[in-house]
Amino acid sequence: MKRLISIALAILAVCLGLAVWSQDLQKSQGNTGDNTLNLFNWGDYIDPALISKFEKQTGYHVNQETFDSNEAMFTKIQQGGTSYDLTVPSDYMIEKMKKAHLLLPLDQSKLHGMQNMDPRLINKEFDPGNKYSIPYFWGTLGIIYNDKFVKASEVQHWNQLWNPKFKDSIMLIDSARDVFAPALISMGKSVNETNPQTLAVAKAKLDQLSPNVKAVVADEIKMYMAENEAKIAVDWSGEASEMLANNKHLHYVVPREGSNLWFDNLVIPKTAKHFKAIYAFLNFMMEPKNAAQNAEYVGYATPNAAAKKLLPKSVQNDRQFYPDDETMKHLEIYSDLPPAKVGLYNDLFLEFKMYRR
Amino acid sequence: MKKSTTNVAFYTPYVMWLALFVIAPMVLIVYQSFFDISGHFTLANYQTYFQSGTYIMMTINSVWYAFLITFATLLISYPTAYLLHYAKHKQLWLLLIILPTWINLLLKAYAFIGIFSQDGGVNSFLGMFGIAPQQFLFTDFSFIFVAAYIEIPFMILPIFNAIEELPENLVNASQDLGAKGWQTFTKVVWPLTISGVKSGVQAVFIPSLSLFMLTRLIGGNRVITLGTAIEEHFLTTMNWGMGSTIGVVLIVAMFIIMFLTGERKKKGVRRHEA
Repeated sequence: MKRLISIALAILAVCLGLAVWSQDLQKSQGNTGDNTLNLFNWGDYIDPALISKFEKQTGYHVNQETFDSNEAMFTKIQQGGTSYDLTVPSDYMIEKMKKAHLLLPLDQSKLHGMQNMDPRLINKEFDPGNKYSIPYFWGTLGIIYNDKFVKASEVQHWNQLWNPKFKDSIMLIDSARDVFAPALISMGKSVNETNPQTLAVAKAKLDQLSPNVKAVVADEIKMYMAENEAKIAVDWSGEASEMLANNKHLHYVVPREGSNLWFDNLVIPKTAKHFKAIYAFLNFMMEPKNAAQNAEYVGYATPNAAAKKLLPKSVQNDRQFYPDDETMKHLEIYSDLPPAKVGLYNDLFLEFKMYRR
Repeated sequence: MKKSTTNVAFYTPYVMWLALFVIAPMVLIVYQSFFDISGHFTLANYQTYFQSGTYIMMTINSVWYAFLITFATLLISYPTAYLLHYAKHKQLWLLLIILPTWINLLLKAYAFIGIFSQDGGVNSFLGMFGIAPQQFLFTDFSFIFVAAYIEIPFMILPIFNAIEELPENLVNASQDLGAKGWQTFTKVVWPLTISGVKSGVQAVFIPSLSLFMLTRLIGGNRVITLGTAIEEHFLTTMNWGMGSTIGVVLIVAMFIIMFLTGERKKKGVRRHEA
């Protein structure tokens, strides 16, 4: 009996000790200090060398925490437990965070280098006038194919994916809107379609694609494509650039008739505290030299036109990742849909996944 | 007096554990399932579940795959446990069977991706006989194979224990009385080890209903179970109500299985008396 009580007391004491210690740890990490910057970023989405350069140049200390989905990031910011100073949501999420009053407007007078941005990639509908966000990276949705099995001319358009020749050879990304986008575009509709009838038609069209679909997976696509497991994949340009780096037989195509255009932008969430550090970091990242270095490390397309000029010619002229104006005109950004519509997309997507010919 | 306080002290940790990590989460799931996406109290989630063909189909799918997995596991486990009972270095063999459960599930799944892929182990082996690479990944076969592989230890252990407890003299007696090998098995061994089989089925069937990670990694989402839907509702749609509703259905399914495979005390007692 006595022993049990003492064990219980010991456990309580340890818990208490840990709580106090973690509080201490947070303090010493400088979460409450003035010389820090709490960056909430996607995993492996910034060149670590740039962080040390920034720390050396300015004396601020950067704490980086990572997330793996917009939704997870949203929940954390909403709960507001940690004082994140900067985060990197995608386009539709910026809209959603704005609606939820989770963003602070940028003080344009403190920003230097907005003029470096490609005018085609700022002032977008999710954030008119870039009041809240600065583009960090951007990209598209497209088709990755392996030239060992597929000719370039066979995969220039979304409709060609339905070719019976590609039976059991396409991998799709496990995301409702990115699977519906090709079907909607091939029907001449918008990727932001919310009409239930149109979506039902698109779903019926996707069911026709089902025999060609080998799998609906997420990050694993990179590995499978690099290992020649599938001939064709539909994925984001950022993922594609990693695949292409690992297998020289792979190529990326953005169909001319249209596709999704996505952005990851830097924003200041309402949990921010260290404003001097924030603007120092934003300006640092907008410097062409730094942005170019970051783009080379991450491998995504940079929205910074001055930085793009510093990249190797082969990258600058790469039509796969920097599409021509004609294609750019047809690209569409996902808008933030109301929860009921998101639900509709996902229910149809579940039905599509269940569909067996 | 002293004894009773000691007893209380002994079961307090367990009761607290039950309350905090079993009962409270279940109550929360049931509670959540009565709210729609905008936070209004509603029964609509259940209505959606039972009216939309999708969820019913998915439930049937899940139960069917779980059944196949359990069946395949049982088919392999029972003879294994039986042979294990008569094996020489029992404890060593048992350890070898338990050992894979110490490896992380995700690692095992990724290992199978390597084995089953186009230039993986199985296909290179087939290639030696001049057989062209076959598609193994993303098929029903590979999904059931990997799931069964993962669940086998949980089936073997209870069956093995049941067989160990089987009094050897009963088997001898039945043989002495002229029963054939098969008769001994169906009339003596099987009825006396059925409890092990039942707990094995419980341990395998219930987790198999919602294997969402394997459906994606090995099944490539070409195999869909309720787990997939729960994941989607919690992570993408953020419709926690609907996700919880499916969770409630799974919990109910679990109780049904427990009831069907559980020991019925009255019967058991009567059997012993007879």
